[in-house]
Amino acid sequence: MKSRNLIAAGALFGAVALALTGCATNETGTNDSSGSTSSLSGTLTGTGASSQGSAQEAWIAAFQTANNAVTVNYSPDGSGAGRKAFIAGGADFAGSDSALSDDELASTFTACAAGTSPVEFPAYISPIAVVFKVEGVTSLNLDADTLAKIFSGAITTWNDPAITALNPDASLPDATITAVHRSDDSGTTKNFTDYLHTVAPTAWDQDPADAFPFTTGEGAKGTSGVIDAVTNGTNTIGYADLSKAGSLAVASIKVGDSFVVPTAEGGAAVVNDSPVVEGRGAGDIAIKINRSTTDSTHYPLVLVSYLIGCEQYSDSAKGALVKAYFDYVTSADGQATAATAAGSAPLSADLSAKVAAVVATIK
Amino acid sequence: MSTTASTTSSLISGQLKKRVPWLLLVACIAVAGLVLGIAGLSNGGTIPFDPVGGLIVGFILYGIAIYAVSRRVENPRKAKDRLVTAVVSGAFILALTPLISVAWTVLSNGLARFDVAFFTQSMRNITGDGGGAAHAITGTLLITLAATIISVPIGLLTAIYLVEYGRGNFAKAITFLVDVMTGIPSIVAGLFAYGLFSLFFGAWIRVGIGGAVALSVLMIPVVVRSSEEMLRLVPNELREAAYALGVPKWLTIVKVVIPTSIAGIATGITLAISRIIGETAPLLVIAGFTSSMNYNLFLSTPGSPNPMMTLPVFVYDSYANPGANVQPYLDRAWAAALTLILIVMLLNLIARLIARFFAPKTSGR
Amino acid sequence: MTTATKPKGGKPITRLGDRIFSRSTFVAGAAILAVLAAVAIFLVAQSLPALLTDPANLKGEPSSFWAYVGPLVFGTLWSATIALVLALPVAIGIALFISHYAPRRLASILGYIIDLLAAVPSVVFGLWGIKVLAPAVQPLYTFLVDHFGWIPLFSGPVSGTGRTILTAAIVLAVMILPIITALSREVFLQTPKLHEEAALALGATRWEMITMAVLPFGRSGVISAAMLGLGRALGETMAVAMVLSPSTVVSFALVTSVNPNTIAANIALNFPEAFGVNINALIATGLVLFVITFIVNFIARWAVNRRKDFSGAN
Repeated sequence: MKSRNLIAAGALFGAVALALTGCATNETGTNDSSGSTSSLSGTLTGTGASSQGSAQEAWIAAFQTANNAVTVNYSPDGSGAGRKAFIAGGADFAGSDSALSDDELASTFTACAAGTSPVEFPAYISPIAVVFKVEGVTSLNLDADTLAKIFSGAITTWNDPAITALNPDASLPDATITAVHRSDDSGTTKNFTDYLHTVAPTAWDQDPADAFPFTTGEGAKGTSGVIDAVTNGTNTIGYADLSKAGSLAVASIKVGDSFVVPTAEGGAAVVNDSPVVEGRGAGDIAIKINRSTTDSTHYPLVLVSYLIGCEQYSDSAKGALVKAYFDYVTSADGQATAATAAGSAPLSADLSAKVAAVVATIK
Repeated sequence: MSTTASTTSSLISGQLKKRVPWLLLVACIAVAGLVLGIAGLSNGGTIPFDPVGGLIVGFILYGIAIYAVSRRVENPRKAKDRLVTAVVSGAFILALTPLISVAWTVLSNGLARFDVAFFTQSMRNITGDGGGAAHAITGTLLITLAATIISVPIGLLTAIYLVEYGRGNFAKAITFLVDVMTGIPSIVAGLFAYGLFSLFFGAWIRVGIGGAVALSVLMIPVVVRSSEEMLRLVPNELREAAYALGVPKWLTIVKVVIPTSIAGIATGITLAISRIIGETAPLLVIAGFTSSMNYNLFLSTPGSPNPMMTLPVFVYDSYANPGANVQPYLDRAWAAALTLILIVMLLNLIARLIARFFAPKTSGR
Repeated sequence: MTTATKPKGGKPITRLGDRIFSRSTFVAGAAILAVLAAVAIFLVAQSLPALLTDPANLKGEPSSFWAYVGPLVFGTLWSATIALVLALPVAIGIALFISHYAPRRLASILGYIIDLLAAVPSVVFGLWGIKVLAPAVQPLYTFLVDHFGWIPLFSGPVSGTGRTILTAAIVLAVMILPIITALSREVFLQTPKLHEEAALALGATRWEMITMAVLPFGRSGVISAAMLGLGRALGETMAVAMVLSPSTVVSFALVTSVNPNTIAANIALNFPEAFGVNINALIATGLVLFVITFIVNFIARWAVNRRKDFSGAN
């Protein structure tokens, strides 16, 4: 008898608990009252760069609202994992902070129709800001050489001559610099180190890589981890997507002879003026960013993230879905959505025309 | 002090009055607070007055003071005793500090988003404000339920085996292995589930049932341990009485032994659930992230992962991967943390209620 | 064993129900054996590729897998040891407070309050550690480095964020506190009343009674409690993953930005983004962690069993 009471009590508790979380109100209801004229349906799985994560969230939200029967899942597992999963057929498209390597291009793409090649194009451009928190300092000028020395541990105090020479007006304290870097692999680190390596090769002798090459400084997980560490710490400096900088002070970077504040426009401008990597297929827009630009309207410390898909999918329904999704992402509308939600720099008109031509070929 | 020293009564001479330690404690904390306050002010107010620091310094002062006073008035042995009393009580208060701090932080930060929308909405199509953790709560309940369904039969039957049947090396081996299982780190359980499922499906595997398997690995030993203890408490006289009436052994167990210990077993199971429901690491590895509601513990479409969000992972994900505007994500993380703590406390409460209301009238002892 | 003994003489009658039931309990027991074997087999099987591959394929390109896992093992042991050093005295203090100092009526409530700490999920502790504890202790770290920097443990440069191994260890200490406290309390309460009363009757103070009667009796119990706490600290994942600023170093410094990472935290941080042989490498580190915790728990059980043999309490 007692056990029966218990079971009843347990069942009641379970039923109440389930009833409480019956279904999500923001998910149901919209399906029936569909105002959309879309005939698309199905599920798209994307995986890749976490830098695109919040932009993808916004794109997916808008795309799913317009196409009720479609579910898009983007898991921000990292660029390398994304490319790998896409090649192996585990994902329908990939987001990646670096273009496919030659080795990867030579491999067989499981999701694509036999004999066709993948497409890739920039979809997300975000300036990387150098953020800092030093008592009483609101603006800071840095050149690539000094920046490289700060993050490699060669400069350890804020009133180091190299920094004071660039900032004669600032009252920099005699305090240790805590330089915060990403502890996980990230395209942000790769672009940041690529900039340092290209512009200041003697101060930064390490090749650009996803993983931060030195053991000095403080590691933090993810963009938010870096922002958190810089915000909660004292005398800290770090690098992160401009959109996540929030209320933190942002350093200006020396370009040519002037110091440039990071802006979305500056980031888009440098990408627009950078050359496309030669010797690749027509559907492959891989960009070699001109880091050593001297144009003061450019902000060369910028991250470009690509979308990778098939020219022709072996499943044509999938191809139609991917095409529609990519179409939206690269449209002016989609880029504006990302700019509001993730603070990215919209593609320039030139570039977006080129990208649109590529997307149009997807089958 | 002079008043205590000059007490004339011979019985209590050389002994501190009962209220003296308390007065001394209050005085020390007041002095510490005052000194720290003045130090803070003289610094130009750059160091804000810290009540926790004041209490700690005050307590240290008290330890020194009570030792000195007692040594003077009483004797070194008593002084040592009083010092230890202070230290031991201090340890208890020290342990309360993080508890109160955690409770306060979670409450004050979590209430901001502890609203209806939080429990009725998922994160699908939500990029900034609003949204909720309905999908994560559902995922947690489903995965925990599945883990319970896997663990309880295995755990309970094993406990019955150990108590009623188990003899010799096999029983000893199981007892030992249950001990080993108790010590498996949760992340290793997650890796095991991942290894198991990825071998059959592929490296991309993320599925709710995998989370349930991982949690079962953690839950089974707890269920075995607690059920075993409870079954052993059932007095042998009950079993013997049943056998004497000609009741088969299995019916004796089902009708006599288990009903007698059911309250204890149910309490143990509830506590085991409360232990695993807050696990993050294994679910992070095998159940993955999603922003949509998912009622399906298994793979829906062959060849593609079917991740399921859970509350602990939701807390971690909201903190680690926020959107452009961080604050709403943090608010949701704290609200989810609050929900999680409330669920665990509720389970503990239920366990206690079961123990109280369903306990057999005649105690087993 | 509490079971009824078999009736003597003659074969007992076996019924179908009996056979099915006893068989199913046996199968459940065997299932546990199978699960544990499966855990071991799958971990080993998934680890092998990492051990066999060219180390250049591993993250950070170490000279061998062991060079990869070495600093992690150190970090795991080091953080857990600090946590234990911090938690053990406090836990013993609390256990004594509840068992021998607090008023009888309050004792169980106070015990329950400490148990509440165990009810807080680790991810919440992680969130609290990074948002509340780390900023709160950072000034203390600056003070330590400024004034005690000559002690190698507190050598600089101080971390500007407080996300150091000491902070992580404090969080771990808070998390293992309830386990050690609960077990020690149980042992202290089992001290034979006669021993305690005898000591008091001879004029001992309460502390002398504790040192003479309670602590010697409870020593092995406390040791096993400490080992179980250590085991928990070794495997704790989220709190460390969220709080610590990790590097791949072997360093004893407590309050700098450069801290050794732990195995469990390393897995949690890198697993979502790992692919290919790096997944196997992470699983292999998990296997190493499994072995370490197994050894620690084994020592704990051994201490408990030894105590059972010698004490008259059970």
